[in-house]
Amino acid sequence: MNNQNNIRPYGDTLNDGKVQLSFTLPVPNDAKGCEAAKIMGKKMGMIDPAVAHSAALDAGFSFYVVYGSVAHDVDYDAIQVVAPVAQAMSMDEVSQFIRDNIGREVVIIGASTGTDAHTVGIDAIMNMKGFAGHYGLERYDMIQAHNLGSQVSNEDFIAKAMELKADVLLVGQTVTQKDVHIANLTELVEMLEAEGLRDKVVLICGGARISAELAKELGYDAGFGKDSYASDVATFAVQEMARRGMK
Amino acid sequence: MIKINPKLNLNQEHITQCRKYAAGVAEDMQNFIDQHTTVATERAICRLLGIDGVDGFDVPMPNIVVAHLAEKNLLGVGAALLVGNAMVATGKTPQEIVEGISRGEIDLSKISIGDIEYAKQAINKIAAEKVQDIRENRKKREQTIEKHRDSENPLLYVIVATGNIYEDITQAQAAVAQGADVIAVIRTTGQSLLDYVPYGATTEGFGGTYATQENFRLMRAALDEAGEKAGRYIRLCNYASGLCMPEIAAMGAMERLDVMLNDALYGILFRDINMKRTMIDQYFSRVINGFAGIIINTGEDNYLTTADAVEEAHTVLTSQFLNEQFALLAGLPEEQMGLGHAFEIAPDVKNGFLYEISQAQMAREIFPKAPLKYMPPTKFMTGDIFMGTVQNALFNAVTVMTGQRIHLLGMLTEAIHTPFMSDRAQALDSARYIAHTMADMADEIEFKDGGIIQNRAAEVLEKACGLLAAIEQNKLFDTLEQGIFAGIKRGQDAGKGLDGVVLKAEGYFNPFIEMMLDV
Repeated sequence: MNNQNNIRPYGDTLNDGKVQLSFTLPVPNDAKGCEAAKIMGKKMGMIDPAVAHSAALDAGFSFYVVYGSVAHDVDYDAIQVVAPVAQAMSMDEVSQFIRDNIGREVVIIGASTGTDAHTVGIDAIMNMKGFAGHYGLERYDMIQAHNLGSQVSNEDFIAKAMELKADVLLVGQTVTQKDVHIANLTELVEMLEAEGLRDKVVLICGGARISAELAKELGYDAGFGKDSYASDVATFAVQEMARRGMK
Repeated sequence: MIKINPKLNLNQEHITQCRKYAAGVAEDMQNFIDQHTTVATERAICRLLGIDGVDGFDVPMPNIVVAHLAEKNLLGVGAALLVGNAMVATGKTPQEIVEGISRGEIDLSKISIGDIEYAKQAINKIAAEKVQDIRENRKKREQTIEKHRDSENPLLYVIVATGNIYEDITQAQAAVAQGADVIAVIRTTGQSLLDYVPYGATTEGFGGTYATQENFRLMRAALDEAGEKAGRYIRLCNYASGLCMPEIAAMGAMERLDVMLNDALYGILFRDINMKRTMIDQYFSRVINGFAGIIINTGEDNYLTTADAVEEAHTVLTSQFLNEQFALLAGLPEEQMGLGHAFEIAPDVKNGFLYEISQAQMAREIFPKAPLKYMPPTKFMTGDIFMGTVQNALFNAVTVMTGQRIHLLGMLTEAIHTPFMSDRAQALDSARYIAHTMADMADEIEFKDGGIIQNRAAEVLEKACGLLAAIEQNKLFDTLEQGIFAGIKRGQDAGKGLDGVVLKAEGYFNPFIEMMLDV
């Protein structure tokens, strides 16, 4: 393996630094606008930015596609990332793991909480059919999965968790604006702590904007971003339960 | 309107059967609806009587009336009769009466009921004026559309969703300049569950902007201005859905909205709103929309965001038949039924494109006069915006090939954020290109007899027929309890808003139903 302490984007030659960028400026589409787009590219670290396309979006707005090379590089070797699950188990392996280590059905509840009306994320993880060929938790033998749907308040979510004696809580946050999902996720942790439940459950959040780091920072046991499937979530949940000795 | 020749060789017997079953379901439900009213229905009546504004705690005046009636156990009598009675007794206007209630100076339960006919006369006079205003709005729309010659192509529909009505206006006017025909102002998340309509111009929302009457008015004026410049009538769309269905319909009728999301079942399934509440609310909201000339958009596309588009296609058709019959009972003509469906088959399904054509063409043939609303892919859109552009292009092709009317443009960043101004422009460019380059495609093609497309439509229609027969037999409420639609089960007495449902008392009166149905 080569030394990778100064990598750059790859266009067609190693470390040529080529990137493509598109954005809108609140100015008319003319020579001055194109120049503004180029300067913006330079300030973003592009060497020789070229405006490949410009178009008017309205009298006072214009759109640009800019190509160029970036001067920056990244020390790839020095990067450390946290992944919640090193190697996801298959559906059958998860079931076997539960039989061997927990010895009873695991209860998992999930919801898209707060004002978020989107269930795409939680459905992809929980529904029988799953997503992209990965079956959802409802299909797992040893898992009792309850999908509460969307716009579930944190209060109702906790009440349901108590009623069903849930082991694992999954919170989905799909579409967000002005970071409302952060406030909502934080509130859930605080409420669970206030109820004395936080340590009794495995708490997991997920969604396109969620990263493992963010989840940890907010007080979750794990967070799953894009390209995560039911098997990733299930593997983490049951391993964490076993680690804590939850039976 | 786009003319599309039948190509599917559909079994007409099955279509007739489906309509018969759906009509049975709707008529059975109408008996239930006619016996009840709701807090939202009464608030809508208040709004149409000119009651508006908020008190010192931002509580809307229509809510003050309804809370007052509920407290005095008079909700079943209805706001119209009691306000009319107070008008006769005090000589005040409805607004003055409500302000009196708000200050604690007027108690409707303490005003003895005089001659009911006088009370009705007083109310009918005001109601007739409002109905006339709405009729004028309708005329204004029709005249402007006529003046600019309406587009024969699918109407290009894009959303704005900044949360700030003034920013929305900037984005909407830009979209009109780029070629949009319909602007939908997405509501802030959570508004559907508010049991009141916020007041005034608003500048904060999440993933959308509050539906308020002032926001409606501001956007209407902005679109009229942009449309005049562009030489087109620009349709404005919002959401008569959630717990304030009829109220928002009333606001839309007063502010000349053109399109309203308005589904009979959507709130029950996707917002966990109580089914009794929803059925009663949808009725009055559709009476208003029908009279105001507002196209309703139904929400069948949403089924496919949770259920599978191949396996559950027949539930979409089933719901379209039900929405059609409920709309007819509310006096809403076929020309205003924007029945919904969507391009949501997984990209890895072999011949998925053919199934999409089949479903879209089937809706077109079964509901020939309806301005069908066709939704872009959402479920299988990812952060791969380049692939997303291709998915949207295929969707656009089906739209044009099957003569859909209201064409909700897919955004390449669908899975990432509410649209950037440039996303919208890209979508409009793509849709226009495809509509133009495929302009007469629909007229040029026929489908192979007994081929994949025809067989698929026959299969979906037959399954829908079976499902509708079962629903008619089990009744709609029981069907919803069994989780037939989108795999979601709802209890008859569960969900939000049930406490806002009451039985009508003797003498209950809603002046608008009669006036609006008797066009």
